[in-house]
Order: sequence, then structure tokens, then C-alpha cells
Amino acid sequence: MRTIILKSASSYLLPVLLLFSVFILLRGHYLPGGGFVGGLVAAIAFVLDAFSNGLDKTKSVLKFHPGFLMPLGLLIAFFSGISPIIFTDMPLMTGLWAENPIPVIGYIGSALFFDLGVYLVVIGASLTIIFTISESA
Amino acid sequence: MTNDIIILPLVVHLFFSILLMFFWNKVNFQKIVSVVGNAVALGVAIWVFIFVYNNGTYIVESGNWSAPFGIVFVGDMLAVTLVLLTAIAGFAVSIFSTISVIKARLRFGYFSVFHFLLLGLNGAFLTGDIFNLYVWFEIIIISSFVLISIGGEKNQLEGAVKYFALNFFASMIFLTALGVLYGLVGTLNMADISLKIAEVENRTLVEISAVLFLVGFGIKSAIFPLYFWLPASYHTPPSAVSAIFAGLLTKVGVYALIRVFALIYGGDSFLTILLLTLAILTIFSGGVGAIIQNNIKKVFMYFIICHIGFMIGGLALYTEIAMAGVIFYLIHDIIIKTNLFLMSGLIYRIKTTTNMKKLGGLYANYPKLSLLMAIPLFSLIGIPPLSGYWPKISLFLASFNAEEYWLFGALVFGSLITLIVIAKLWSEVFWKDQPQLDFPKKFIYFNQLRFGQKFTFIFPVAFLTFVTLYIGFGAEHIQQLSQRIATELMNNELYINAVLKQ
Repeated sequence: MRTIILKSASSYLLPVLLLFSVFILLRGHYLPGGGFVGGLVAAIAFVLDAFSNGLDKTKSVLKFHPGFLMPLGLLIAFFSGISPIIFTDMPLMTGLWAENPIPVIGYIGSALFFDLGVYLVVIGASLTIIFTISESA
Repeated sequence: MTNDIIILPLVVHLFFSILLMFFWNKVNFQKIVSVVGNAVALGVAIWVFIFVYNNGTYIVESGNWSAPFGIVFVGDMLAVTLVLLTAIAGFAVSIFSTISVIKARLRFGYFSVFHFLLLGLNGAFLTGDIFNLYVWFEIIIISSFVLISIGGEKNQLEGAVKYFALNFFASMIFLTALGVLYGLVGTLNMADISLKIAEVENRTLVEISAVLFLVGFGIKSAIFPLYFWLPASYHTPPSAVSAIFAGLLTKVGVYALIRVFALIYGGDSFLTILLLTLAILTIFSGGVGAIIQNNIKKVFMYFIICHIGFMIGGLALYTEIAMAGVIFYLIHDIIIKTNLFLMSGLIYRIKTTTNMKKLGGLYANYPKLSLLMAIPLFSLIGIPPLSGYWPKISLFLASFNAEEYWLFGALVFGSLITLIVIAKLWSEVFWKDQPQLDFPKKFIYFNQLRFGQKFTFIFPVAFLTFVTLYIGFGAEHIQQLSQRIATELMNNELYINAVLKQ
């Protein structure tokens, strides 16, 4: 699919889609969205790039193997789960929330870090699957 | 830290499985990390066990949501005992995996998935929420499916498909049962269900949900007539994987049956008859299956089925002596079945086969090792004073007192057939002269290994044999523990009060 339209569009779509995926990730606590959907959108951004520019180019954009994101995401989610044990005396998975909202992002809580972990795991898993399939095809 | 002591076994396994994923390609490093992780898990499990033993049932309300609404983790004696046994079996199997599983298999995240499996098992034992129990079962299924199919040999995939199809079906039935039960009582917390189920007027639907649970857990714990997936799949993966499956996966089904029937459907007369019939048929079919097999792995697999029947029968009697027998048998069985499959892996490494017709002369070649292997085999039969003897006393006594002579007969039959099969196995594998074997050249034989490698092979077997010996000779402690657990199970107010803080 080396069409000139897709090729020129994808160079703009990659950052826009990534930004959109972060937006979906952040609005996910009270509104539709969240880590899973956000992760899928981010993965689509890279898949679209791979379609138009080829797999090798996308891999060089990514700089590391996407599979690495899976344990990283799991680790972030894991620490968000046990953070109440570490920082307070409350039981596992209690929601911790910052007192004051941060501009643009809003209130930050341990749930956000869980979502961030899901986001990274979804990107890692879907990109690993898609890259492996297109390599062997 | 002590506030959340109950969930520490889960945290340890989750942490180590994530850590192992970071070193995906460094297999040798993974071996060390996994053994260290299992040693830590064993330490934590002992700590949790001692804590609960001294302080009684302890709960953690995850997310700080109080009991009937949030998910609670309940550490009662039964749960922490099983967590401890899981840790012992996991420690032994992880050491055995480092040497017996080939590198091509380890490269696909074997150890990471192994820790996920142990995480799922610990979670299933500790959770106090029945839907959460379903989630842990899913984690167990997914990780065991990876473990059973890693390596991708043809017969392995065939076994994996059978295993997955039937276990997935069991999960679906379990979920259906959950739906029915939730529709009846409107809660998922097991303690809360236990209180509310008595008030339900539609008793037929209660019994339907009970039978659905029985079918779901029955498939998982391989009771008659739903055990066919087990002999079709357990011999296909490497021995280390078979060992952890044999020791723990079917037992988690038995645990779920014990928990659900003691807490929710205790003493239902229809269920009692159903469980009794199933137990007798399970013992019979497992025993008959074991006697006709020639592959020692398959013999051990039919023993799993046969001895599951012992526990189901005890559960059906539902008296305090019977429950103590069931718990003691469960403790004995987890260690012994894990050890049997590790032994079959060891025999395979010595002789390149596990077929009884081709084996022989093991006693002449390795007398000390043979004596080591004799202890678990004799414990399995229940020769006094080894570990299998003590729970059988309780089970025989309970079935005789309850005048369930069919079950009594089945227990005697099961014990006798175990004796016959083990005698046959002993004479075929250990005493018979070695028949002519066509030795493959590329195989790494046991006697070609270095001393350290030999030690890694034998240590897990010796460790589990030592635990078995302790269960046999320290039977007083285990019997006291089993009786305490049985009392807790029969008087479930203790559990309910601890969870709901009444």
C-alpha cells in the first residue's frame, strides 16, 4: 500500500493518533475511554505507519522491541496496586488520590497508573502480535 | 506489612513473573530468579501459615471496600495450608525445571508463566468472593494452557486442545452456576451467600445451581464421568509441568468443591447421594484404568483420578472425622502426586523411556535412588507409618460409622488396587532385568551429567520425600491441623463472622 496519499497522511497521522490515544487514556476514569482503548488507538497509529512506510521504518521509529512494553506496563500496574501498602496503611488496591488537581490532566490517582499500565501492555501485546504476523507473512 | 499479610503470596508471585518477563531471552538468569522467587514465596507462605495458625482467620478487604460489597481475601486455616503446600510443590518443581526442561522450551517465557500459574492457584485458595474464584480459575487455565503447549510437539498440541476445550467448558458451566446463584441471593461474597441461601424459597433452583457447580468443578478435578481429558493430556508436557498439574490443578477443583459445599450447600441430602455415587465410580474407574496402563506416567495419572474419589467420598459423608480425613488426604496427595511425576521425569532421564515393558533393573543400577523412590510409592499405598496411612484411617472410620458400606468397599478397593499396581510397577521397573533398549545417541543420560546437575535432579525428589516422611511420622501435627480445619469447615459461623465482622 505505497500510495502517496497514505504516505503523506501517515506522517501527520502518527503524532495526532498518539496524542489522541493519550487523550482517551486520560479521560477514561469517568468517561468512556481508558487504558485499553487508548492502547489500541496507539497501536493502530504504528500499524498505519507500518502500512505506508514499511515495517523496518516503523521499527526504527519505535527504537525498541514493543514486547518490552508488556512487562513495563505490568510493573506500573502492579505498583499502582500495591502503592496503598507501601505509602499508607490501607489494604491492597485502595484508590489513592492527590489533593489538588493538576491543570489539563485533573486529579491524579493510583487508578491512572493502573490505566497507564494497561495502555502500555495493550500497545506492547498488539504490536508484538502484528509485527510477528507481518514478518512471517 | 502485617495488615496485608494474607495477600503477600500473591504479590510475590506477581512480582517475580513480571521481573522474569524483563529477562525474556536470558534463560540462565531466569532459572536463578525463578528459584529465588519460589524460595521467597515458600518463606512468605510459612510466615503467613504461622501467622494465621496463631491469630485465627484473617481477612484483607481489597480496595478498602467492606465485606459483602468488595472482594475480600480470606486466610483461614484451609486456605493458608494449601498456600503453603503450593509453595512447597512450586519450589521443588522450579528447581526440577531448571535442569529437566530443555532450553528451547524455557525460551518462551516458561518461568514467567509458571509463576502466573502459582499466582492463580494462590489466588483461588485465598479469595473469599465466588466470582473472583472464577477469575483465578481463568488465570490458572490460561497459564496452564501455555505451559502444556510450550514446545509445540504434535501430541502435546493434541493434548492441549483436549485439555483446553474441556476445562473451558467447565469454566462456562461454573459461570452459569454463578449466574443462577447470583440471581437467587444477589451477592457474590461466599460468606454472605452462605447466610442468604437458607432464606431462598425456590429450593429446586438452589439444587440446580449446586449441580452446575458440581459439574464445573467436577470436570476440573477429574471426577467420574468427566475425567477423560486428564489421561489424554497430562503425559504430553515435560515432567516438571505434569508434576505441578498433577499436584495442584485437580486439587484446586477439589478445594473449590470443599469450600462451596461446606459453606453454601452443606449437608444437602440430594447432593450427598450424588457425591457418594460419583466418588465410588471415580475410585473404581481410576483404579481399573491404572491397572491396565503400561506407561508409568499414565499409571500415575489414573491414580490421580482414583484418589480424587477418596476425597470426594469423604466430602460426601460430611462429618467431622470424614472432613479431617479429606483435608489430611489433600495435604498428603498434593506432595505425593507432585513427587511421583518428578520421579517419572527422573526415570525418563535415566532410561529414556517411561514404558514399563522397556524399563527394568533400576534397583541394580541405582540402589540408593531406588530406595528414595520407594518411600513416595509406599506412602501412596498407605503402608503404615507413611503418610497415606493416616487419612485412610479417618476415611474408613467415617464411612463405616456412617454405614456407607459401598463407599467403604470402594475405599478398600482403591487402596488394594493401588497396592497391586505399585507392586507391579516396582517389580517391572526396579527388579526386573533390563530388557534390550535401543539407546538413542543424542540423548543426555543421567550418568553423563555432572555432579551439580545430578544434585539438581535429585534434590526436588528428596525434598518432597522428606516432606512426605514428615507428614507420615509427624502425623500427630497434621492430624491436629486437619481436625482444626475440619472443625472450621463444619462450623462455618467462624468463617462468616470473620468475613462480615459480626
